[in-house]
Amino acid sequence: MRCAGIDIGSRAIKLVVVENGTIGEHRQVDTGYNPMAAARKLLQGLAYDRILATGYGRGQFEVDFDAPTVTEIKAHAAGARFFFPEVATVMDIGGQDSKAIAMNAAGKVVKFEMNDRCAAGTGKFLEIMAKSLGFSLEQFASQALQAEKDIQVNSMCTVFAESEVTSLVARGEDRRNIALGLHKSVVRRAAGMLRRVSIEGPVVFSGGVAKNRCMQRLMEETLQQPILTAEDPQMTGALGAAMLAGCSA
Amino acid sequence: MSEDYRSMWQNLGLDLVAHDALLGVLGKFYQDIYLAQKNRPAGMQYFDFVMSEVHGLRIRELLDEKKTGRKVIGTYCVFVPEEIALAGNATMVGLCAGADFAMEEVEKILPRNTCALIKSTFGFKLGKVCPYLEASDMIVGENTCDGKKKAYESLGSLVSNLYVMDIPQMKSAQGRALLKSEYRRFKEAIEKLTGVTIDGARLKQAIEIVNNKRKAIHRLSKLRQADPAPISGLDALLANQVFFYDNPQRFTDSVNKICDELEKRVEQKQGVFPAGTPRILMSGCPMAVPNWKLPWIVETSGAVIVGEESCVGERGTRNLVNASGNTLDELMEAIIDRYFQVDCAIFTPNPDRLKHVEEMVKAYKADGVIHYGLQFCQPYLMEAIPVAKALEDRNIPTLRIETDYGMEDVGQLKTRVEAFIEMLK
Ligand code: SF4
Ligand code: SF4
Repeated sequence: MRCAGIDIGSRAIKLVVVENGTIGEHRQVDTGYNPMAAARKLLQGLAYDRILATGYGRGQFEVDFDAPTVTEIKAHAAGARFFFPEVATVMDIGGQDSKAIAMNAAGKVVKFEMNDRCAAGTGKFLEIMAKSLGFSLEQFASQALQAEKDIQVNSMCTVFAESEVTSLVARGEDRRNIALGLHKSVVRRAAGMLRRVSIEGPVVFSGGVAKNRCMQRLMEETLQQPILTAEDPQMTGALGAAMLAGCSA
Repeated sequence: MSEDYRSMWQNLGLDLVAHDALLGVLGKFYQDIYLAQKNRPAGMQYFDFVMSEVHGLRIRELLDEKKTGRKVIGTYCVFVPEEIALAGNATMVGLCAGADFAMEEVEKILPRNTCALIKSTFGFKLGKVCPYLEASDMIVGENTCDGKKKAYESLGSLVSNLYVMDIPQMKSAQGRALLKSEYRRFKEAIEKLTGVTIDGARLKQAIEIVNNKRKAIHRLSKLRQADPAPISGLDALLANQVFFYDNPQRFTDSVNKICDELEKRVEQKQGVFPAGTPRILMSGCPMAVPNWKLPWIVETSGAVIVGEESCVGERGTRNLVNASGNTLDELMEAIIDRYFQVDCAIFTPNPDRLKHVEEMVKAYKADGVIHYGLQFCQPYLMEAIPVAKALEDRNIPTLRIETDYGMEDVGQLKTRVEAFIEMLK
């Protein structure tokens, strides 16, 4: 049986097909202004027996496609476990939210926390900060890694942080140092969330932001333990949904 | 609604345009949240009717009572003893404050970071949309949390009939003495307002009326211990909300009638949701009409609410007044004893509340607790952390939610609540 998982996030829709316990096809598309149209396009020509939806758009998908759903929490836990069967804790940072998830040895979620309503500490925050420094997302991370020191940015509010950054740049501060400071502030927030939930290893870092190498390294430094990241960390939710769709007995 | 309600509202000084808007929202909300439920007990029709006439028939009744000389007392807290009001020929109504209204006006008077309940109280006054408030002969404010305490100072300049009751903060002998003297002062104030002298016989009768109302709710609560649950948490919450403003005897009869029906359901193992549905206990701040957001999210996410540790719920309704005495003094003492047990988070320390949450988890066979705190509510948000920790230490899964009356966070709340329910399965 072929099971599909679809993760309808705020920035991108991800799709993974699992067959006989191995990952088959996977696809990704920008969510855009019409998530359901985008989802329909993503599913075009895809053969599957079952589909399970997750992500913030799952409720609409359930109505439009008559498909069952799970939350991102459960999906990320299952996806992380596929890549790393020993995983105890997941830190997921996506486009518009972040979450820390603790699991027991059987892979069942035992505790979790999510960020509150704003963009602070999410991929969106990093994206806007990169832009205000004039970096692409890739440059943002690589430049931060070359910084000599970090310049602390105090505000976690995207709007205030942006004006802080603008005035730091105007003052002639090295953009790399500011970039490092910004990464550190997101890591501090994520680590705080993890500490409230659990920092028991192995810790898996998932979501689009996990591709950021600077974030990855800072997380390891802050938590003082290796942080595991899959090759396509942004696919973790969709993969988990596919795993939970009921094909693997 | 009929024309003559309109003239009634106008005479009460309501802003008819704003009031229409409020009723429109309320009606839509009720439709989407309440009437959309499946397998509701037939007896809930009574509450559907009450809600559809909440600003109509019930107000007319109160105004008719007033014509015969009865007085109406509006309150904001379960510490105001209904028995004393009733004994003094007055009807007590809880002034609900469960929706945002006239927020721009409110924020001219109150800081933005005031809890939604307090803001709503002011919104209903400033927006001129609450007929209960306008029909009240006396509005009782009580010194509970700092937010309310200070807000009443400002409310005092908006209404002419505010009466402030002091409330102790500790469960000590001194605390009880304060409550006693405040209840005596309240009795005198009621007597002065109505011209009726409250004696033992009158008080005893009032105690019985209110006890019967509580007993009916206790009976309803007990039936919710069954699996499958015979009634939704939303419907049970509604009964607890209507507790505050319906005619007491009629309310008691109606709830008992629903209980007769629920007993049959339990016998036949019929429920609103299938057996084995995850069971949630709600704990925290009171939910006033029409604040149904969180229960609605919970019950559309695959769980059923089986109890409310809340003032609109078991914290408010548990414990009867011992009605065995006959003299005024004995009965007043019994009233003080009963109310002094209310374990509101404004008390310090407040260990009884945690104990009660644990008792409720056991009695209602809850699989988990959702702690509901209104944003900016210091007492409950502060207490939420040690309460959640203590529950988790006892292996009772707990989710802490902090929210307000806005709908912007519904998506996010739904994800958190659903994930919590997935955890319980
Ligand atoms: S929570 Fe406290 S202040 Fe609020 S109604 Fe209950 S007893 Fe009164
Ligand atoms: S919800 Fe909290 S802050 Fe608001 S009135 Fe009640 S006790 Fe006070």
